[in-house]
Amino acid sequence: MVRPLRFPPWRGTRGAITAGVPRPIDRFGDEELLEQLRAGDEVAFARLVHDTSPRLLAVARRILKDEHDAQDAVQESYLAVVRELGGFEGRSKLSSWLYRVTVNNALMRLRKRKRLAERSADELEPGFLSTGHWSAPAQRWSRSPEDAAADGELRELLFEKIAELPADYRDILLLRDVMRLDTAEASAQLGITTGAAKVRLHRARKALRELLDPHLREEAA
Amino acid sequence: MTCKELVDFLDDYLEDALPEGQRCVFEHHLGDCPPCLDYLESYRRTVQAARAALDPDAVEPVPACEVPPQLIQAILRARRGGSE
Repeated sequence: MVRPLRFPPWRGTRGAITAGVPRPIDRFGDEELLEQLRAGDEVAFARLVHDTSPRLLAVARRILKDEHDAQDAVQESYLAVVRELGGFEGRSKLSSWLYRVTVNNALMRLRKRKRLAERSADELEPGFLSTGHWSAPAQRWSRSPEDAAADGELRELLFEKIAELPADYRDILLLRDVMRLDTAEASAQLGITTGAAKVRLHRARKALRELLDPHLREEAA
Repeated sequence: MTCKELVDFLDDYLEDALPEGQRCVFEHHLGDCPPCLDYLESYRRTVQAARAALDPDAVEPVPACEVPPQLIQAILRARRGGSE
């Protein structure tokens, strides 16, 4: 018999992290533009830069808080995309791809500037005893990382911790939780099965939680 | 269900993809295990925080006129250099 729940605060949270319907930020991705870019059309490239750079610069500034670094990250992203245009299969919009590349570049610059290290996947798994119980029980968080949207200090912490994730974890997290691709789209972009994408996303989320935990739990407040 | 098994099923639970029977067992465990409840809540917050911090729709583009012209020129020059 199922006993009544004593603490139901998770009620209404199911479904809250579903990737949901993508909200495209762009009007690019059409075959015509891609063909123009692949053919080396300078006008098409200039238009792409003109139309997409305001958002890319904004997110790079948000992550790096340094104008010089932010501009370098944006420039690097366009060049990376030009280099890889031949292999771009058009599974995502071109400007979504540029956005993701820019976020990644900015996070890597942040990691280097702060002298942070990429963490190994093994050290980021929650710990359990052989009985399946917690080896160190999880504790309530006193601060919500969702406040990062308004709290500059929390947002900086969040960026640093995402930057410390293993590259595979960062990629799937950006595709699924930030760019809101569904599992099939994300797995196609990464060249892995949907099953592997689900497992990797779960590990990535657990890893990010582990990295944030010491800073947000009640005893740390 | 152990705490480890609960964590294994977390995404399925949050995405409402657990079969009814498993969901009941899952919620039964949550009702009895404050550490698992705290873990679930912090896990959910982690996902939402990453999204809130980097969501492209939440990043207000800088006004086009504020993108430094020298940055645009540097990108166009570098592209010409790289493609030649």
